[in-house]
Amino acid sequence: MIAPMTTATPGLIDCDIHPAVAGLPTLLPYLPEPWREQIVQRGMQDLETIAYPANAPITSRPDWRAADGKAATDLQRLRVQALDPFGTSIAICNCLYGIQPLFSEDMAAAFARAVNQWMACEWLDREPRLRASIVLPMQSVERAVDEITHWAPDRRFVQAMVLASGDAPLGKRQYWPVYAAAVRHDLPIGIHAGSAYHNPNTAAGWGSTVTEDYVGQAQAFQSQLTSLICEGVFSKFPSLKVVLLESGFTWLAPHIWRLTKYWRGLRPEIPWVDRSPAEIVRSNVRLTLQPVDAPPGQGQLQRMIDHMGSDRLLLFSTDYPHWQFDGSAAMPDGLPPELTRRILVDNARETYTRLKEAKP
Amino acid sequence: MTVDVLNRGPVASVGVTKLMIADCDIHPVIRSLQESIYPYLSLRWRRHLETYGMSQRVAYQNGAPPYPKAFPNAARRDAWPPGGNPGTDLDFMRLQHLDANNVTFAMCNPLMPSGQGFANAQLSAALCHATNEWQKHALVAEDRRLRASVVVPYEDAVACVQEIDLRAGDTDFAQVLLLSRTAEPLGQRRYWPIFEAAVRAGLPVAIHAFGYGGGPITSGGWPSYYIEEMTGHAQNAQALLASLVLEGVFERFPTLRVIIVEAGFAWLPALCGRLDKHWLRMRDETPELHRLPSEYIRQQVWLTTQPMEEPETREHLLDIIAWIGWDRLLFASDYPHWDYDDPAQALPLRLTEEQRRQFFYGNAQALYRLD
Repeated sequence: MIAPMTTATPGLIDCDIHPAVAGLPTLLPYLPEPWREQIVQRGMQDLETIAYPANAPITSRPDWRAADGKAATDLQRLRVQALDPFGTSIAICNCLYGIQPLFSEDMAAAFARAVNQWMACEWLDREPRLRASIVLPMQSVERAVDEITHWAPDRRFVQAMVLASGDAPLGKRQYWPVYAAAVRHDLPIGIHAGSAYHNPNTAAGWGSTVTEDYVGQAQAFQSQLTSLICEGVFSKFPSLKVVLLESGFTWLAPHIWRLTKYWRGLRPEIPWVDRSPAEIVRSNVRLTLQPVDAPPGQGQLQRMIDHMGSDRLLLFSTDYPHWQFDGSAAMPDGLPPELTRRILVDNARETYTRLKEAKP
Repeated sequence: MTVDVLNRGPVASVGVTKLMIADCDIHPVIRSLQESIYPYLSLRWRRHLETYGMSQRVAYQNGAPPYPKAFPNAARRDAWPPGGNPGTDLDFMRLQHLDANNVTFAMCNPLMPSGQGFANAQLSAALCHATNEWQKHALVAEDRRLRASVVVPYEDAVACVQEIDLRAGDTDFAQVLLLSRTAEPLGQRRYWPIFEAAVRAGLPVAIHAFGYGGGPITSGGWPSYYIEEMTGHAQNAQALLASLVLEGVFERFPTLRVIIVEAGFAWLPALCGRLDKHWLRMRDETPELHRLPSEYIRQQVWLTTQPMEEPETREHLLDIIAWIGWDRLLFASDYPHWDYDDPAQALPLRLTEEQRRQFFYGNAQALYRLD
């Protein structure tokens, strides 16, 4: 199903890679007091979440692991592994270090600022092909808005990022100041797979396995899309772009068929939703490519993409260093050349308008 | 279903072809606790209900959900019989649905207040038992087209086994019924005695959308609207199927047959693809499984059709059904609820006669072993 990328496409944009914080001490230089002191005094260890257990296959491709096991902590290795083999001209860094589960909004805000500062200094300053998402401390809407405001002038930050499962559904009105700030600064909102683990990770309680948790991320995205649409986020902010990151995409069409059907029957409950969910998705929602969750062969993947009803929706991603494919075979085989080009280059450029700026 | 009047293709009218209909999800309703359920409840539980109420895991005494339904009793406007609530009058149901649509088999799925998922486990068991007695005497005995579900107090597996064992061999009952919003994912070990007893009794296990397990319907908290809860049942169904597969329920009970009821079906191929891909990557986490997740599902899972997803390009549904398998979908009307699917309008696609017969009757005939 997956063919190697034999010739690099000029201008290729990878919309989801994951530079990793090596450990909490890495952030110490970017943290003010009293947080540095607290990390030491309270014996805080590390903030990697259970979403990607250190040695689990999903967490890193074997050939991308460093000697100490942890991948994507080193810029030179990232260049050699994630950028050069794909002919990447721009890659968007989405840091998944686990600040979202913290219950203290003060600590979360300080750590989010540190992660973003670390991203700017240790990655963006040193590699011109890199861009990044602003990690948001959604524990406090005020602090999340503050984080956007702080980083927005740095044009290398091209998106603001939250996780797929937090405390409350993302469409809820309490979060709208975040979307107002994103629109004001021309930043899409990226929603990445993952959870604060403040709620059970399924609609019927806590699952048992990492496999179940990861497969279930697709349901988290479905719920968030429902919430964003039904609460009227796109009615209030018609220019807001939402990008689903590492979401899978084969679930999208069936989910929208269901939601659109219910919208026809139940729209008096949400009269502010004045376009069909299918239309809203086509104009305001995008999804990154990996993981490609479809059986090999038989053309099912191609049919599923056809069901999505638009060639504008998918943005190329490798999901580096997560193990989604082998070799350099990040693009599915059998897609028409025009669609391939849209996925590799054009769709991302249309979504992230900051990428069109000549030199950040 | 939503009828697209401007773009309606040729529809084979059931009235003309006299196609037999097996309706795998209808909702008869008790006339009142006093009349329908009390005859089968001990004095202790009658007093309990009158003093302390239902103990459902929702906020309101009357069991009303904090997501108010869009229509009274979630029912069709025209499904109210004279002097009663929708679903309470068998004659009216015969006239409006069973006779009118040539329904020759209908699976009864009693919903609240049947006792399922209640916080008080003993009350839950007593009410489920009484609900089953009511189905047997007030429904199946009155109309042989109807079959009862063994309603079980699914948070208490020991009590479930008692109830299932009691009904084993009684042909009035055709399946075991659970609701989908369990307190924990349904594949987990605490629920296994239910599956074991169902297999022993030769009954499929139907899992109907709804119920309240106590947690939010999304992994990111409680949404605001009824439309979100309704849409969310499909996510819940995906999660519970993933749980059943990955916990090894199908591996442990290879003759178990599971029916997903009223949660849609178009999401299944995408779920199967995702399960297969990531299970293959991490299969040493669940070494009990010996086959691809999608293979267990293909062999052991059926789905009812209502509410059927409606693609903008109608023919896309044919891809979905082909991937799931024409032998796996069971027609359901959801009578008397507002999102009722009329068998004459439910599948507005060009089908072969054989496909149409399978969809509306043959698959149910095979699954429920109808004569």
